[in-house]
Amino acid sequence: MLKIKNLHASIDGKEILKGLNLEVNPGEVHAIMGPNGAGKSTLASVLAGREEYEITEGTVDFEGADLLEMATEDRAREGLFLAFQYPVEIPGVSNVNFLRTALNEIREYRGEPAISAKDFMALVKEKSAIVELDAKLASRSVNEGFSGGEKKRNEIFQMAMLDPKLAILDETDSGLDIDALRIVANGVNKLKSDKNATIVITHYQRLLDYIVPDFVHVLYNGQIVKSGPKELALELEEKGYDWIKAEFAH
Amino acid sequence: MGYTENDLAKDLENSEYKFGFTTDIESDRAPLGLNEDIIRFISAKKEEPEWLLDYRLKCYKIWSEMTEPSWAHITYPKPNFQGISYYAAPKQTKKYESWDDVDPEMKATMAKLGISLEEQQRLTGVAVDFVMDSVSVATSFKSKLKELGIIFCSFSEAVQEHPELVRQYMGSVVPATDNFYAALNSAVFTDGSFCYIPKGVRCPMELSTYFRINEANTGQFERTLVIADEGSYVSYLEGCTAPQRDENQLHAAVVELIALKDAEIKYSTVQNWYPGDKNGDGGVFNFVTKRGICETNAKISWTQVETGSAVTWKYPSCILKGDNSIGEFYSVAVTNNYQQADTGTKMIHLGKNTKSTIISKGISAGKSHNSYRGLVQIHKNAHHARNFSQCDSLLMTDECGAHTFPYIECKNPSAKIEHEATTSKIGEDQIFYCLQRGISEEKAISLIVNGYCKEVLNQLPMEFAVEAQKLLTISLEGSVG
Ligand SMILES: Nc1ncnc2c1ncn2[C@@H]1O[C@H](COP(=O)(O)OP(=O)(O)OP(=O)(O)O)[C@@H](O)[C@H]1O
Ligand SMILES: [Mg+2]
Repeated sequence: MLKIKNLHASIDGKEILKGLNLEVNPGEVHAIMGPNGAGKSTLASVLAGREEYEITEGTVDFEGADLLEMATEDRAREGLFLAFQYPVEIPGVSNVNFLRTALNEIREYRGEPAISAKDFMALVKEKSAIVELDAKLASRSVNEGFSGGEKKRNEIFQMAMLDPKLAILDETDSGLDIDALRIVANGVNKLKSDKNATIVITHYQRLLDYIVPDFVHVLYNGQIVKSGPKELALELEEKGYDWIKAEFAH
Repeated sequence: MGYTENDLAKDLENSEYKFGFTTDIESDRAPLGLNEDIIRFISAKKEEPEWLLDYRLKCYKIWSEMTEPSWAHITYPKPNFQGISYYAAPKQTKKYESWDDVDPEMKATMAKLGISLEEQQRLTGVAVDFVMDSVSVATSFKSKLKELGIIFCSFSEAVQEHPELVRQYMGSVVPATDNFYAALNSAVFTDGSFCYIPKGVRCPMELSTYFRINEANTGQFERTLVIADEGSYVSYLEGCTAPQRDENQLHAAVVELIALKDAEIKYSTVQNWYPGDKNGDGGVFNFVTKRGICETNAKISWTQVETGSAVTWKYPSCILKGDNSIGEFYSVAVTNNYQQADTGTKMIHLGKNTKSTIISKGISAGKSHNSYRGLVQIHKNAHHARNFSQCDSLLMTDECGAHTFPYIECKNPSAKIEHEATTSKIGEDQIFYCLQRGISEEKAISLIVNGYCKEVLNQLPMEFAVEAQKLLTISLEGSVG
């Protein structure tokens, strides 16, 4: 589904990703961990198509197409979804209007007719139940005045609505209380199938108790320096990153 | 609701000024220039009574002695007042009794404007008085309004049929001496709309007029007079579209609103004069004087969405004369490319417990300049007057400008005045967020901008809000930077 080869990306002349490799197949869950500033959000942004980054080297193949050549909105329409670490507020635009616009743009791209208002509302009802999103939040302006945890929950609600092939969750667990963490993680699990894949960026092993990864990767200094089974997360939780930093010191 | 995102998508395909076409109806027009004889010509053409000719001549004299004002934040080539034809009328002078009688070409024009009268009448119950080049050519729903004693007709017709009302109220809110353009309008106005709502009547439909400049080089000088008698209510809509032009066109309208005791007038405008091309050539100069007066317990709300014109100069105002009267001003002004807008409002508090609200949303794109100029004046007898003003500016590029000039003159210590202002740049983060959800950049801007203007758009009647949203989107195409 996703093949990243030797990816180099910089911003404002500073290289952040320094030859990153990663392969994700349908049905898989990958966890990416790593110290602050390692480049995890940068990777997510580069994949999603944020224009500020300059790609200096490498290739990214998404479902057989060259992802780096695609326009940002087309990546989304092809099924790439990013749950933001810091979701943005859009005052005056209701969540439902925002999502209906998005959904219809995606459908149009795929040659499908626009969704009727009735079907759309039914979908909102069904998907908001998955993350137990308060109905009031669905009709409020996008993220405006939402608490930190509500914003994160709203990201997963949007993911449920748009039904992506590849979802990248950037620290979706941070800011969630213990119950919310379980609800949101269960939501993600319910959305899982053998056709889609998930990349979970997190600092905490606890999330991985709920969303069990097939692989855990350590991103350090712009590269994936270590990969392993889910037990690697436990090891990191216990030992921290020093041993990895020592191993890859330059 | 009637508006779908697909409508928007269709509009987006068409990035050139959508209504840039002209209708080829032979016209009967005045020779270029302005002097007493031209005024006599206009008055004679319109078969006006003596008193009105005298009024025009008096105003012409006032105007000739005035000098054209200039403002700090607007620059434009001064119109050549002797190079304009002050009167043009479609050659067919006969009035249309029914829809079938209307010139097919006229119908085609209206269809292109997306305001088919048939549709509007049937679906929305809006009575449309379509002003094409100064003379009203189609008036509808008259009989229904007549039953209620509501008068809604062209200004010329009102002069003939209801001279006493016109004589009593014309110039009572905006005297000819008020400003240069008001004086000019008072001397040469050709037509416009007139509306009278009798005591205690609630007008059951939105009254709507579409203006359109159609003759090359024809200055447009509409005159609108709305009188809401005691305890009555009316919602009045005015919308403008103009065809593409090379030379600048002058538009200097005067609108007067009179809300008598306990009456309420809601006046909404979607203004879309041709703004000039990407280099700033062409485009309409829009110098408008709009003012309303409120008697005791009366209320006037101005709502405007301004997207057009090369130069806009406009301050819909309220004179809160009666105790407990209310004035409101909700405005969205968009400028793009080289457009310049200087708009705002004046709230003049004379009576006790008078209240005013000002919500102004400016959006600047391209190299445009957008200024808000507002005056809140509390006179010494206006005990416990209250004003709330909120002026927000949204910048789409680094090259555009937004300026806010709030003036407050308070002569009564019991008054409460609040003013809030913000300036923000459209967020790249917001746009990226939308793109990441599969929304195109144009649509993202449209969503964000419409969200930003929501408080104002919410004040518009539904059909108008739909049109306004589309206009906002069209006028901001490709504007982020
Ligand atoms: N405009 C910029 N100029 C220079 N450096 C930048 C710029 N933007 C981001 N960076 C740097 O890129 C590095 C990677 O940032 P990134 O947000 O990808 O880290 P992260 O792994 O997601 O960290 P965290 O765990 O704290 O979320 C950081 O050192 C950050 O300071
Ligand atoms: Mg991060």
